[in-house]
Amino acid sequence: MADAVASDLRVAAVGRRGNARSILRRKSTVAFLMALPLIAIILCLVVYPAFYAIHLATLNKSMTKFVGFGNFLFLFKRSTFWMVVEQSVLFAVTAVIFKAVIGFIVAHFVHNIPLKGQRKWRGMLLIPWVIPPAMSTLAWLWLFDPSYSAFNWIFAHLGLPSIPWLGNPYWARFGVILVNVWVGSPFFMIMYLAALKSVPDQLHEAAAIDGANWLQKIWYVNLPMMRNIIQITGLFSLIVTFANFDIVKILTNGGPVDQTHVFATWAFTLGIWGNDLPLGASVSLFMFPILGTAAIFILRNVRKRGNEA
Amino acid sequence: MSTATAVATGGAPGGAPGAVRYGSISRERKRALYWSYFFLSLFVVFFLMPPIYMLITSLKSSAEIGAVTNPWWVYHPTLENYVNLLSSKSFLTFFKNSAVVSVLVVSLSIIVSILAAFSLARMKFWGSATLATGVFLTYLIPDTLLFIPLFKIFAWIHDKTGIELINHWWVLIFLYPTLTVPFCTWIMIGYFSSIPKELDEAALIDGASYFQILTRVFIPVALPGIIAATIFAFTVSWANFLYPLAFTTSEDQLVLPVGIVTTLIKGDVYNWGQIMTGALLGAAPPLIIYAFLMDYYIAGLTAGATKG
Repeated sequence: MADAVASDLRVAAVGRRGNARSILRRKSTVAFLMALPLIAIILCLVVYPAFYAIHLATLNKSMTKFVGFGNFLFLFKRSTFWMVVEQSVLFAVTAVIFKAVIGFIVAHFVHNIPLKGQRKWRGMLLIPWVIPPAMSTLAWLWLFDPSYSAFNWIFAHLGLPSIPWLGNPYWARFGVILVNVWVGSPFFMIMYLAALKSVPDQLHEAAAIDGANWLQKIWYVNLPMMRNIIQITGLFSLIVTFANFDIVKILTNGGPVDQTHVFATWAFTLGIWGNDLPLGASVSLFMFPILGTAAIFILRNVRKRGNEA
Repeated sequence: MSTATAVATGGAPGGAPGAVRYGSISRERKRALYWSYFFLSLFVVFFLMPPIYMLITSLKSSAEIGAVTNPWWVYHPTLENYVNLLSSKSFLTFFKNSAVVSVLVVSLSIIVSILAAFSLARMKFWGSATLATGVFLTYLIPDTLLFIPLFKIFAWIHDKTGIELINHWWVLIFLYPTLTVPFCTWIMIGYFSSIPKELDEAALIDGASYFQILTRVFIPVALPGIIAATIFAFTVSWANFLYPLAFTTSEDQLVLPVGIVTTLIKGDVYNWGQIMTGALLGAAPPLIIYAFLMDYYIAGLTAGATKG
């Protein structure tokens, strides 16, 4: 292939002098033209808006005056902002940990049963991931309904007290995390299952001969072998969970008293509903440090994985 | 595996006491299997409860939902919610908007990403390696970071050119590719790079042009990847909630998820029967595709790395 490139360049070099047609025929030009729609989409609709957000965050509410860090300073003084920071971190970290643990456990159970039945179980377990989150969150909203909660009906029959699912700040926080875990753990399960399948059987046999029990096999064989996937999946999920919008928006809309707002929903409330786009942009920009850090680690892992392959 | 374990324990020199205490290997394995099934069933109950509850509620009349009966059982099943929704003009509009947007976004994403992936994976040009990494990074930028600047940019375009972009369903056709194209390209680069070079070199020797190599060799060989990318793009554009919520408001411009959430919930009055029916119908297209193409779906999920 490299030879082909070289010869192409030579051919192009020969006919370069002022001949537009030969430039067009050059392979790298064709390649660039083929990638052009992608470049255009990325530049116009992702890169430019992302930088524009930074500019927007330095303007005043009517977007007529430059206020520098004014919006950020204003945010730092508001207690709601710190509550949102706390809740976003709590929400993302807790949800990712639970998704990872549940995904890990379920993947092992699926891996444990005969191959023939795995497809069926996997198929059922992935359904929460397939349903659009906005739609399944509606079902949870109904399950958490203050007067007709189907959970509370079960609790009442078991003699347990009923729970104010979305009315109480702590239960509401629990609720949004629960729904997020419900939506996301099938994804972890699928990724970990794929990783488990790539662990060679010989390693388990060797461990068994050495007298390892099932816990030791998981801890000393599976976990190290799956480490890369576990890291990448976790980091990806951290980004997405941190930037989550649908679930919080529909389930609690940030309530009760802003206790469950995360960056995305609060930015929406301030920016679109409150009509203060610069302030909303400033809030959403606070997602950037976490996203950037996670992205760097993912990139490193993906590269490493590419080199191993 | 099982034989190895059997040899490992059973082969212990006449150590009968040990063997007796632990029970036979096959019985132990069987017990582990039963526990696996038991816990898997518990997880399936947890994972399937909300969709099943959707179905249960969608089959009830409002009177039955309001009555103090077992919420987990349908005493008088009725299809009136389905009939009402499917004959409501606004619901059909949401469905149509969603379908048109999704189909167009999927076609656009697939064309753009196949061309780009072919050029990035095989043809190379100055900066193509950086661009491949850049594609991956853009995929990590969430819509929640972009919707506010985009909103302002659209307003600016309106001021300058008079083209109104906000509150038109078709604007989503330009917005959704930001979510679908980077990942589709990323999947396709992976699939295209795995095609042996001998294949396209043979085609080159036979006198094929690059376009012919793409259409005659790469697309057929990487078809599973293309299907996986198509499913991904469809799922994303069908399910997105933030962009339509931020950019469309009139009832005839809404897509399905936003339409159900904003029009069926009126103030504090929840018509749960209809909401659940709408949610179920909104979830149906991805579920149907998933039911038939589960393997491609999973291939797309596990190809490289995905969001979750």
